[in-house]
This record gives sequence, structure tokens and C-alpha cells, in this order.
Amino acid sequence: MQRRRKQQDYWRRNLRMTALLLAIWFVVTFVVSYFARDLANITLLGLPLGFYMAAQGAPVIYVLIIWWYARYMNHLDREYGVNDRDAED
Amino acid sequence: MADYTVPLRRYYAYYTAGFFIFIGTLAVLERHGMPPRWIGYSFLFLTIFLYATIGVLARTASVSEYYVAGRRVPAVFNGMATGADWMSSASFMGLAGTLYLSGYQGLAYVMGWTGGYVLVALLLAPYLRRFGQYTIPDFLAARYGGNLARLVGVFATVLASFVYVVAQIYGVGLITSRFVGLQFEVGVFVGLAGILVCSFLGGMRAVTWTQVAQYAILIVAYLVPVTILSYQVTGIPVPQLTYGQVLQTVQLLEERIFDDPSELDARRLFRERADGYYDRILTLPDSLEEERRSLSGRIDDLKSSNAQMRDVVSLERQRRDLPKSSEEARSHWDGLMRQAAQRGAAPDHHLTPYPGKGEAVNDDARLNFLSLVFCLMVGTAALPHVLMRYYTTPSVREARNSVFWSLLFILALYLTAPAYAAFAKYEVYTSLVGSSMAQLPVWVNSWGKIGMVSIEDINGDGILQLAELSLNPDVILLATPEIAGLPYVISGLVAAGALAAALSTADGLLLTIASALAHDVYYKIFRPNASTQWRLVVSKSLLLVVAVLAASVASQKPATILFMVAWAFSLAGSAFFPALILGIFWKRATPRGAVSGMLIGLLVTIYYMVRVHFDAIPWLGIHGFGMEPWLGIQSTAAGVWGVAAGFLTIIVVSLFDRPPSQETQNFVESVRYPEFDHW
Repeated sequence: MQRRRKQQDYWRRNLRMTALLLAIWFVVTFVVSYFARDLANITLLGLPLGFYMAAQGAPVIYVLIIWWYARYMNHLDREYGVNDRDAED
Repeated sequence: MADYTVPLRRYYAYYTAGFFIFIGTLAVLERHGMPPRWIGYSFLFLTIFLYATIGVLARTASVSEYYVAGRRVPAVFNGMATGADWMSSASFMGLAGTLYLSGYQGLAYVMGWTGGYVLVALLLAPYLRRFGQYTIPDFLAARYGGNLARLVGVFATVLASFVYVVAQIYGVGLITSRFVGLQFEVGVFVGLAGILVCSFLGGMRAVTWTQVAQYAILIVAYLVPVTILSYQVTGIPVPQLTYGQVLQTVQLLEERIFDDPSELDARRLFRERADGYYDRILTLPDSLEEERRSLSGRIDDLKSSNAQMRDVVSLERQRRDLPKSSEEARSHWDGLMRQAAQRGAAPDHHLTPYPGKGEAVNDDARLNFLSLVFCLMVGTAALPHVLMRYYTTPSVREARNSVFWSLLFILALYLTAPAYAAFAKYEVYTSLVGSSMAQLPVWVNSWGKIGMVSIEDINGDGILQLAELSLNPDVILLATPEIAGLPYVISGLVAAGALAAALSTADGLLLTIASALAHDVYYKIFRPNASTQWRLVVSKSLLLVVAVLAASVASQKPATILFMVAWAFSLAGSAFFPALILGIFWKRATPRGAVSGMLIGLLVTIYYMVRVHFDAIPWLGIHGFGMEPWLGIQSTAAGVWGVAAGFLTIIVVSLFDRPPSQETQNFVESVRYPEFDHW
């Protein structure tokens, strides 16, 4: 039974992190783009903010999201003593 | 682990160094008078020879090696291979041009093709790796208990991947014919050979290691020309950071050029021409008859006035080339009308999001932008040839890391593409527009000869107006070395890069199609007792058949093929995404729900695409079924409806169905939770 609780715990923490990161992904992609016309007055590296975000900002944030998720989950695996035994498949 | 990645890194370091030495040698030889054609040949044959060597060295007779590279590919190398697998000839050649032509609107591709990896990383890759079989239909069959789900999966895999692979082989034909001077059809079959040497003997294992090699070539080829151009224009060799400044200059130039009186005049003339075609289409079939009569009249006049025979012949040819029927005339003139109308339309500012006059137009552009981004992302997270790559890592941990590396390697290209567009625009506005027709730069003429650049002095003032210039999107990337005045060896390098991009993607796709047919249909459904050896024979023969089939379709030069690639994303997204996501995150999803959801998602997408994009399918004898798009969404973003319909169907049907068996629920748990060591 303890194993079951541990699994649920692990899964809940995974879901919470996934939801948080997806929310960031959503805001960066859809909310920022939705307001791209209104962000035209702010410039970054010579580009209006809306353009900058679509061309560079969002893609860089995507990489960071993926990096953070891998890091978080790999730590979580270690914390929960996961045996990643697929290696021997 | 570390024991075998160290020699790997060393090999690829030697390999990259060797490639640079090769480029250097060719550069020296060119200075000593080596003709361009030979440089083209050297690049073509050396790179294909390289891939062939890796392909032969990595040959294998083991099923696990053949389908998933023995699950021994370290995260970094899998990332590179995924990058090459992912970046197709459309990314390599087309993206810069799309950004040139549509400015901000083109960024939908940059965002969509990178943001999809967030979905892959968070929602799919680790779970698929934990499941650890061979194909995506494998997963569907295991989760949704049965061969029906598997078959639908195979159908969608083949549908989405085949169009895509044809486009890659088509790209190979274009590159080889343009740079090496081979005939297009010959180029297609040279490309086919290049693809087969990588995948035939060694399957996924060989494809993976050639893709790593191809990534190195394609990224070097992409970065070198624009870096040099950036240095020439701004003095800083980091195009990703400098193009913002350049675009500010472009913005100023646009404000001056767009409203220039001669520019307005040229655009008016193009619009008048479009109106002329419109009238002719309305008055069909009389207008066609009229056209023929007037040409005949002129021919008779010329003949009676003893004019030059050459003029008579040219007019006779014009008469012969007139459309044969009203139908033909309609589509021919419709094309010309659209072309003229496009050139006559007011151009949009590069930096302005959702351009156009009026709030309704802006909102429409925004809606289409956002839905295209959505479709490209969901499609990225559902294309089987990408997802399959995450079966090849040694562990779940490595799969997670590997998505990070994939996107990092992919970004190197996507962050650079907007710079190509910016520098090309800068060049066109400063040294092309407003210059005399007689003194255009050399690259305009050399690319004009093969129809990539077309110029028409419609107002006859002997000066080039912006409206009078039209560029094929691919030319932006291909002509950059010449724009920057670089030696031909750099053009050869770009061609080698484009070739690497097309070949690597084609390899991955072919292998995906062949495994879906050989593993999922033949082995899992028809002959579960087939021996290992026989399975590989079937797999390799199917690979050969599919490759030849794709090459023969590509050699027909299907015109709509590039357009159809955008559809592959919507198709894959609506077929796979809902079923995969709900399969992992919702235990209640049932087999009936999933199968109906996949089919309905796919059908909605196809229905929408076909009815919005076409008005008639002549070979089926159907006419006039075109419809108004829903909410104004274009056919390239049809997946928006398909994905929504897929999710909805799976949820509704599953809720009316009996809950899935305990076995299935246990399966979902085994995909979700890792094994715990001590508890």
C-alpha cells in the first residue's frame, strides 16, 4: 500500500510541474502573440517586442522549459529511488 | 555509458574537422581555376559517399538494432539525429523565403516548429520511452487493446509520412539539378540512391549515425553564408543579434519605397492587368474565341506585310499555346489574375504583426496565425518519425534530456532563419529597387535564367520598382552566397547542406513507413510467428518499394506537393495527438473512443482541407463543392477542427462505453510510474 501512495505522490508532483510549465508555454505562445500588435512600441535588439518574442524569445523559453522539466524529473526520480532499468532492454 | 560515447565524440570531431579541410581544399582549388560544376560534383559525391560509408559500417541483422538502434543512442547524439530528422528541405530552403515574403506572419513556422517540442518533452517522450516498443501504432495497440487501433495508426502514419517523403525527394531533385546540372529526374534517382545507402542495410542504427553526420553539414552550411553577410553589413559576425538593427533600416526604407509615385503606378498597372483577366474569365467562352481571332488577325497582317518569319512563328506558337477549352482557360487565367493581383497589392511592413487595413482584416490574420501555430505544434508532437526517435535512447532519463538537446540543435537553424530574410530584404531595398534595369546585380540574372527571380518592367521606365520584382521563396537562401559576393565553394556548401536536410528527413520518414507496414501490419497482424530474419527481409523489401514509389511520384513534379507538406502536420496532429495524450493521461479512455476519435479527427481534417482548398477534383468528375472556411481559417490550419473533434469524440464515446479493463488500467500505470527500487 505504501508503494501505491508513493506512486500517487510521484505522479501528482509530476502533473503539477507539467501543468505549470504548460501554462508558461501557453502564455508565451498564444497570449503574447495575441497582443503582438499592442507590444509594438517596446523594442528589444532593434525589434518590436511582439516580433522579438516570436522570433527568439519564445523558442529560447521553450528550450528552458524542456531543460527545467528534464532536470526536475531526473531529480524526482533520484529522490524516489527510481531504478531506470530500461537501460538493459 | 561514458566508455562508448567518448570514442563517438572523437569520431565526429575528426569528421567535422575533415569536412572543414575539404571545404578549404576546394576553396584553394577554385582559386586555381577549378570550374564550378566540378565543385558541385565534389560536394554531391563526397557527401553521399560519406553517408554510404556510415550506412555500410552500421549494417545490422538484429531487429532491435534495425528498428530502434539497439536503444543505445546517447541523449546528445539522439538530439542531433532528431534535429536532422526534423529539419527538412522546407525548413532549410523554404523558411527563410517564407519569412522574407510574409514578415511577421512567417514567424508562425518558427514558433510552431520549436514549441511543439515542449509538448513532446512534457507529454509524450518519457512515457513512450518507458513503454519501450518499436512504433507508434505499437503504443496505440497496447493501450487500446487490439489491432483496430493499430491499423488506424498505420493508416495515419503512412498518409502523413508519404506526402512528406515525396516532398523531400522532390527537394533533392531540385538541388541536384540546380547545382550539379543533372536532369531533374536523374537527380531524383541519385537522391534515392543516397537515401537507400543510409537506411537499407542498417535501419534505424545506420540512419541515426548518418543523421548525426548530416546535422553537422547542414548546420555549418546554414550558418556560414549569413554570418559572413552579417559581418559585411554590420561588422558583427552574429546575425541573430544584428538583424534587428538591419530590420530597423528596412522599416525606414519601406516607408519611403512603398508610397513612391512610380511604385504606386506599377502596382496600379498590375491591378489593371488582374482586372483584365477577371473580365476575360467572366466572358468565357467568347473571350477565348476573341483571343484566338485577334491572334489570327495579327498573324495574317504580318504575313501579308512580309514581316520577319521569326515574328510570325512566335505568334503562331502563342496561338497554339492558348488554352484548349473554357475550363482550361479559366484555371490558366485565374492563376495569372492572382499573380497580377498579388503584385498589385500594397505590400506589408516586415515588422508589423497581422497587417492589413481594418480591424476585421487584422483579427482574421491573427486568428489564422494562432491556429497555424497550434497545428504546427500539435503536428510536431504527433509526427511518428519524430516520436520514434525517443524509443532509441537507453533510458527514460536520457529520453528527457534528449528532447532538450534536440530543440537546442534545432534552434541553431530556426533562430537564424529570420536573419536571412532580414539581410535579403536589406539587400533588395538598398541595391536593387530603384536601380536601372540594365545594371542589375549578377545574381539576379543568374537566378532569373532558371525562373527563380522574375522581373517585368510594367511601367516601362527602365527602373526596377519593388512591385516589378518577384522572387521564388527558395532563392533567398540559395542566392545569399552570391549576394554576399562569396566564392562558389560556399554555394556548393549550401547545396550540400540542403541535400543533407532533405536526405536525413527522407531517411527517417521512409524507415517510419516501412516499419509501420512491416512491423505493425505484416508481423503483428498477419504473421506473428515470422522469424527474425524473415521480418528483416520483409522490412527491407518494403523500404525499397516505398522508396521507389516515392521517387516515381516525385519525378512527376507534382505542383501542389509543397503545399501538402503543411497538411501533413494537421493530419498527423488530428489522428494521433488526442489518442496519445488521453491514452497516457486519462485512464477512462476506451478502445472504441480512441478508434472513433482518430477516425473522426482525421475525417474532419481531410473534409475541411479538401472543401476549403479545392473547388473541383477533375479526375473524380466532381465540381463546385468548395465551401467558405469556418471563421476564415485557411486549409493549412485545418487541424484545429480535427484535433478538437478528435478530443471531443474520444471523451464522449468513452464516457458512454464500459470503463477499460483492469489490464489496460495497469498498462497505463506502468507507463506513468517508474519502477521504485526500495519501498
